This record gives sequence, C-alpha cells and structure tokens, in this order.
Amino acid sequence: MDIRLEGISHSYGDTEVLRDISLEVTSDQIVCLVGPSGCGKSTLLRFLGGLERPTKGRVLQVGSPPEGCLNPLTYVFQDFALLPWRTVRGNVSLVLEDHGIRGDRAEAIIADVLSRTRLSDFAEALPRQLSGGMKQRVAIARALAVNPAVMLLDEPLSALDAQTRELLMDDLVSLWTRAPFTAVYVTHNLAEAVRLGHKIAVLSRRPGQIREVVSIDMPLSERSHGNPELEAVQSHLWNLMREEAKAADEELLDV
Amino acid sequence: MSDPREVRFRGGGFAPSARRGVGLVVFVVLIALAEWGTRSGFITPLTLPKPSDVLATFGELWQSGLLMKHLVPSLTRLLVGAALGVSIGMSVGVLIGLFSYVRAGLVPLVAALFPIPKIALLPLFVIWFGIDEGSKYALIAFGTFTPTVVATYGAVDNVDRSLIRMGQSFGLSWFSIVRKIVLPGAMPGILSGLRISLAIAIILLVAAEMLGAEYGIGAYILQAGSLYDLERLFAGVVILSLLGVVVSTCIGLLEKRMLRWRA
Repeated sequence: MDIRLEGISHSYGDTEVLRDISLEVTSDQIVCLVGPSGCGKSTLLRFLGGLERPTKGRVLQVGSPPEGCLNPLTYVFQDFALLPWRTVRGNVSLVLEDHGIRGDRAEAIIADVLSRTRLSDFAEALPRQLSGGMKQRVAIARALAVNPAVMLLDEPLSALDAQTRELLMDDLVSLWTRAPFTAVYVTHNLAEAVRLGHKIAVLSRRPGQIREVVSIDMPLSERSHGNPELEAVQSHLWNLMREEAKAADEELLDV
Repeated sequence: MSDPREVRFRGGGFAPSARRGVGLVVFVVLIALAEWGTRSGFITPLTLPKPSDVLATFGELWQSGLLMKHLVPSLTRLLVGAALGVSIGMSVGVLIGLFSYVRAGLVPLVAALFPIPKIALLPLFVIWFGIDEGSKYALIAFGTFTPTVVATYGAVDNVDRSLIRMGQSFGLSWFSIVRKIVLPGAMPGILSGLRISLAIAIILLVAAEMLGAEYGIGAYILQAGSLYDLERLFAGVVILSLLGVVVSTCIGLLEKRMLRWRA
C-alpha cells in the first residue's frame, strides 16, 4: 500500500505551518522527514495517520493494505505512550483486544513480536521497570503486533541517549531487512535519516515546504558508520538545513 | 589558601518514608497523659472523663450487645449512602471529563452545590425522602457526591493526552479508550478524592443520626451528651475515630492494590 500526500497546507489560526506539500510514500521503503524544529514535520505525520486534519489538501491511500493487517497506519511515538499500569504483554495485547484477538491467537502474536524486539524475557515487566530503549522497543513491538501497512515514527529515538539510539537504529535496520515495511520517519537527526531513509525529504522552516527529496540507493544493511557516501549525503543535507535552522532559531527569538 | 573543608551536606529530606508504630506511640502518650491528669486531679472529671472509665463503658456497651445495635444501622447508612454518592459522583465526574456540553452545563451547578452545608438541607430531605432511612441515605449520598465529582473530573482532565492519542491511533473504540485508558489513568486522583468523600460521609452520618434516629452512633452520642454522660459520649467519639481509621486503612489497601504500577 502506498501513501500519497496531495497539496497539503495547514495553518493554526493565523500561523501558516505547512505549505503545499506533495509526497509519495512507496511500499517497503522508509521515507525520512527532516527539518528544523517547528517546521511542522510532526504535524505532517499526524495528518498521515488521520490524527489531525489539514486545512487544505488530501492524504490518499493507494492500493489496499495487505491481508491480516489490523491497523494500516500505525504510530510509534517519541514519548513511547505505554500504559504504565499494564505489563509489556498487556501493552501489546491492548491493541489486539479491540480486534477480537484473544487467548491463543493473541499469545502467538505477542510471543512473535516480543521475540522480534528481543523482549521475550520481559513480558511481565511494568514500563517503570524498563529503560528508555526497552520502552521504545515495547512500543515498536506493539506497532508490529497490528501488522501495519505503514509505520509512522515520530522522532522515535529522540528521547533516548546516544548509545541506546545507535543500538535501536541497528534493531530497526535488522527488523526492516528481515521483513521490509513501509515507514515514514520524522527526525531532526540527520545521521538517523541517512542511516534509515530510502528517501529523505527536507522541509524548510515555517511554513514548511519541501526543499528537496534526496534518494539513497545503498541497501540499509550495507550502511555503516563513517561511510563516505553517506557522509557526503549527510553534509549535503546539513547544508540545506543550516540556513533554515539558523533562520528558524532566530525567528523563535523574535516572537 | 585555607584548609580543605568537607562540602556541607544539604540534600536529603522532602521524602517521607514509612515509620512503623510512631502513630501508635502518639496515641498512647496522649491517652496516658489524660489518664494521669484525671487520676491526679489535675484535670477535673467535668473537663475530661478518665480514659480507663471510657474503656469500661466501651466494654459494657460491647457486652450488653448495644454496640452492635448502634453500629449496624450506622454502618448500613454509611455504606448505602456513600456507595450511592460515590458511584453517581464518579459517573457524573467522568461524563464532565469527557463531554464539553456536560462540562459546560454541570460544572457551575456542582460549584453551586459544593459549598452548601448539606446538614442544613436535612429538614428538606426529611420531607422528600421520609423521616426514616431514606433521608439519611440521601444526605450522605449528596454529601459524598460533590467532592467525588470534583475529584473525578479533575483526575480525568489529568489523564495523559498522549495515551489517549495512542489509543485512537491504534483504532481502539471510544468505549475501550474510556475503560482501558481514561479510567485507570484517573484512578489515582479518584482514590485520593475518595478519602475526602468518605470522611465527609462519616461526619454527615452522625449529623443525620442526631436529628432523628433511635439507634446509631450519632443517636448514642446525642443521648450521652444531653445527659452529660461524658464516658459514654467519649466512647461514641472513639467509635467514630476508629471508623475513620478503618476507612482510611481500607482506602490505603485499595490504593496499594490498584496503583501497584506506580510504586
């Protein structure tokens, strides 16, 4: 299933946040959205999953979601959004219960996603007992449980420390190589973007517009730290963003 | 350069932890002081009865079976009244927390009802619900209703919106979101509201029983008071205090059970 954004514009009151954004998200590819803070990239992600409505433009699903897909557009949030009163197992089963999946069928799915995220030993733990990285893995396991057509990741690694971020990035890469999924990945971290993105859309400062879409053809599994090709892309992205980021920063001071 | 000095410790504190038995010691010391004072004549019998006499009265009350005769109707009134008030209060509170129109319509009403001393309405309740149990249930229910509503909708307001957004993003039904996300998330606030509501319930129970009841702790205290029988009066007061402690302990246990995830 593909996702197409057609001429999305949005304003909050008098403040124009996004202007005429069109973008295609193709199956089994990861599209990264990068941009300076306040450029509306998280807002754009909320449009993608239908959590908010744009003032103008449409979000279209092209094709139908695959068989057995419970929740075609599934989010992974920056702050994890785990229910603190439910165990790891309970948090995953939460999203299955409403689809009438209980008992053995639910058990099988939960066991599968927990083993894919290396959490099998922590099924009975409560969120407060887990580290940040593990919490985000639970959130990813929960997202995988509904077998999404498109994963919408909203700065999923931004609340984590640098080492955990590296490890979790490896996790995401290996999850994708084993079973490719479609994803839109919002981040302000360019290293994450060049590591995970097949396509990287650079947004300008407010009102957010697409400045450039960069494609990287190198397979995810071959991308490594300090790869010169990726470094080149990253510095190109940084050049695009530097001016925007600087201007955005100064703009915030004026307000 | 002067001599090295150890850095002064200035952290710590502000983190009360459980200290077993201290509460009991306070009680024992106070009662011992009263006993000593009354025995030595430092406190006249007209001021305070001897704690040992109060205990003896309590024993008599127990043996004569009068204790149960007073306690059972009181507990029934408390239970029925509080259960009514708390359950209606919680439902209304959740509705106020969830629906803009209900909120706009009821919050001013609740604010208007809250400061009314409910005891003042007892004569009215007697006319509406009858002189017997009905008016007492209604008084206690009404008294617990308002604080429960306020605590509940405050607690619902404080539920983490990102969790609700998460529920919506996974396509959970409205009912599931309320039952699995909003209610558990509001539970800490609801339970601390319950503490206040139930204390108010005990106060109103006594007030209701003083105004017209043959049996009940309030009636017992009133009788003792009008005869200036201080021993019996204090025995009644002690029962109320114990009732308060028991209720508070029960809520503590409930919190421990239901809020284990917070720890």
